[in-house]
Amino acid sequence: MSKDVAVLGVGMHPWGKWGQSFVGYGVKAAQDALKDAGVEWKDIQLVAGGDTIRNGYPGYVAGATFAQALGWSGAKVSSSYGACATGAQAISVARANILAGLCDVALVIGADAAPKGFFAPTGGRRPEDPDWLRFHIQGITNPTYFGLYARRRMDVYGATQQDFAAIKVKNSKHGLHNPNARYRKEVSLEDVMSSVLVADPLHLLDICATSDGAAALVLSSMDFARKHATDPVRISAVSTVTPRYPNNIIEMPNLATDSKAISGPPDIGFKESIAHDAYEESGLGPEDMSLAEVYDLSTALELDWYEQIGLCPPGDAEKLLRDGQTTIGGRIPVNPSGGLACFGEAVPAQAIAQVCELTWQLRGRAEGRQVDGAKAGVTVNQGLFGHGSSVICSI
Amino acid sequence: MEPFTMTEKTNAPAVEGLFTMDPRDPRLLGTRCRGCGTYFFPAEKTFCRNPACDHTDFEEVALSRTGKVWSYTSASYKPPAPFVAKEPFEPFAIAAVELEKEGITILGQVADGIGVDALATGMPMELVLRELYQDDEHVYLTWNWKPTDGGSDA
Repeated sequence: MSKDVAVLGVGMHPWGKWGQSFVGYGVKAAQDALKDAGVEWKDIQLVAGGDTIRNGYPGYVAGATFAQALGWSGAKVSSSYGACATGAQAISVARANILAGLCDVALVIGADAAPKGFFAPTGGRRPEDPDWLRFHIQGITNPTYFGLYARRRMDVYGATQQDFAAIKVKNSKHGLHNPNARYRKEVSLEDVMSSVLVADPLHLLDICATSDGAAALVLSSMDFARKHATDPVRISAVSTVTPRYPNNIIEMPNLATDSKAISGPPDIGFKESIAHDAYEESGLGPEDMSLAEVYDLSTALELDWYEQIGLCPPGDAEKLLRDGQTTIGGRIPVNPSGGLACFGEAVPAQAIAQVCELTWQLRGRAEGRQVDGAKAGVTVNQGLFGHGSSVICSI
Repeated sequence: MEPFTMTEKTNAPAVEGLFTMDPRDPRLLGTRCRGCGTYFFPAEKTFCRNPACDHTDFEEVALSRTGKVWSYTSASYKPPAPFVAKEPFEPFAIAAVELEKEGITILGQVADGIGVDALATGMPMELVLRELYQDDEHVYLTWNWKPTDGGSDA
């Protein structure tokens, strides 16, 4: 049985700091996706919402919140959370319902209104919660982990702060004409290097901002799609894997790794396993990809992803970047949307937005940032506490 | 003299059960599964997380006090609550230190204002206790990592 589902429509609310409710952003993205699909709201059989945890109860039950805002229709509902991988959870629910024959057409929505500054844990004294514990007892923020990975690349592979800055320079060029990007301004190496140090060796401009934004997809069975579209973009795989034991690389929000003393290291590292499982499911490999959208929470993390999604062997990411292979026009453009560098992170919307970009690219309609002849693309992302997220789209 | 002994307030751990309070030989407190021998930090006391093991009994173990730097970074901006920052905020370094015997990498602030310039991957580190914050009655302590040779002068 084919595991393909069709992406009938995509929509986004531009990223930024708009000072409004996440609900309105989500509705705008959903209405754009419905219009793009040529499907009416009343025809949607399942609403799959991506939850936001910083916007009160309506955020925890996002699927119903969006359904109410669009007008109760009796559609089935689900609300999912997987931290940064929330969007992939919502996509996975919709896809599974479609492939199981439980519905023909579903609407996936993720939206966020983000606070200023560092993300911090929710309130109360909770020593049992690793997220609370790391902030309280050591002052460890999210950029701490980005800094550790970046420094490790420098010490082990000879990466430089200029390499990290070059990622920002590349992505800022890619996102220049993306109407949904928050930052549409060219950034120079000098701009990055002279911005303040946040988590050595990373500067402020190496680390992504937090943003408001929303993204939505109309997904359907291939049968349903045949009546509504010609040659739609397909989702060929969705990976939502957890780590293999022991997860011996330090991961947000933990203070410590699993022990490898008894088991030895795992057969495959968690980050390597995320896209790997999507490739396995799709029957495609890294060599078949025309582009990739990867989760550049920091510039240095984008380099890690090059290796973890199989674009090059470990230690070769800097060369791939320096040779221009991951710039639009190169062999495998990475983050043609501009990535988180141009968007900032709107947590539950981000993995959905990655699929919106693949869809526009594979349709040949990514104006000002088109990857020529794009046939297939991969997204990758990771949510804290062990949520993998990778989607492969093809035409 | 250690900074936390320079007061008449009582020393207390910032969070109970994570480390011993012996200033000369402080240890992180973990557990070891009595079935498969796997170590856990923070302590796992309910069920073994090794998928090849279904044991539910554990012994408390004091982890090795020394290890080697896996990587390191800095907190150049004041972390948000529930961190209690000293005023004015002083940036600090953070190290991820691998304990060889236990096969665990553990994060911690680097002690005594030692910055990233004095650190390197592979450098030997030891565990020390330092003040996290204080109130009217107690000085609350946490663990820090410190280069065993005091750090390089780089």
